[in-house]
Amino acid sequence: MEAYLFYIMAAVAVVSAVYLIFEKNPVYSILYLVMILISIAVLYLLLGAQFIAAVQIIVYAGAIMVLFLFVVMLLNLSAKEELKDALSFQKIPAIVMGIVLLSAIGIILRSKIPLGKQGEYTSAYVHDVGNTQLIGKLLFTKYLLPFEITSILLFIAAIGAIILAKRK
Amino acid sequence: MVQYLPILILLILAFGFAITNIVLSVLLGTQKPTPEKLTPYECGIDPVGSAHERFSVKFYLIAMLFVIFDIEVVFLYPWAVAFQSLKLFGFIEILIFVGIFLICYFYIWKRGGLEWE
Repeated sequence: MEAYLFYIMAAVAVVSAVYLIFEKNPVYSILYLVMILISIAVLYLLLGAQFIAAVQIIVYAGAIMVLFLFVVMLLNLSAKEELKDALSFQKIPAIVMGIVLLSAIGIILRSKIPLGKQGEYTSAYVHDVGNTQLIGKLLFTKYLLPFEITSILLFIAAIGAIILAKRK
Repeated sequence: MVQYLPILILLILAFGFAITNIVLSVLLGTQKPTPEKLTPYECGIDPVGSAHERFSVKFYLIAMLFVIFDIEVVFLYPWAVAFQSLKLFGFIEILIFVGIFLICYFYIWKRGGLEWE
């Protein structure tokens, strides 16, 4: 059951990615990107990472995609005027690199996948306690300082956005 | 995976509702298009110019601020789930976290980030 779901969602992600690249209208490309993000969120659920799946949908598919959409609208790309292929010299290197990547994947798949030493939080332990509970517990005890610094980091991002957009 | 079955059923119902309605309206409805019917809005003034125009950077600012506060809200989920074991300590931590965002909010407000001018 889980294996079938994995194959279905992986196929949806790959097909959406192909459509994303070949779509002429950039707004439709973004909609395909949303499809990819949601199918990857399902893959995270299959791995037992519920919090990451929720973040993927709330932050990426929800907020970041709105940002991407506004960037497309700011750039004023209409469907009529096609994007000029200014980087046609990239074609041959791209094909070569694609073959290199595929053969690298092939070598990895044929050899035994190296597994590192198992850490403190095994998947069985995470499954028992609950993914989100464990993240919450660690975030507010062991990783408290990075967590609080995150708020300052986002504050800086807000200051940057205000200064750039409100410049006279 | 059984616990996600309600979400799957909800998804199927939502997609099914939309698809059924579109198919039914195509099958049952009569199509007699007039220029008036084909305009995006049937009432109000006629649309002028193309919709494919450059958007103001103000939209981008609003989207950026939305992302920032969205990330803040996402961090409240693990806190809420682990609240029982974190007790008062966790509550004070989240107060500091939300407090910094409150300062951030007031900063944006005072700098006119929420004004449309």
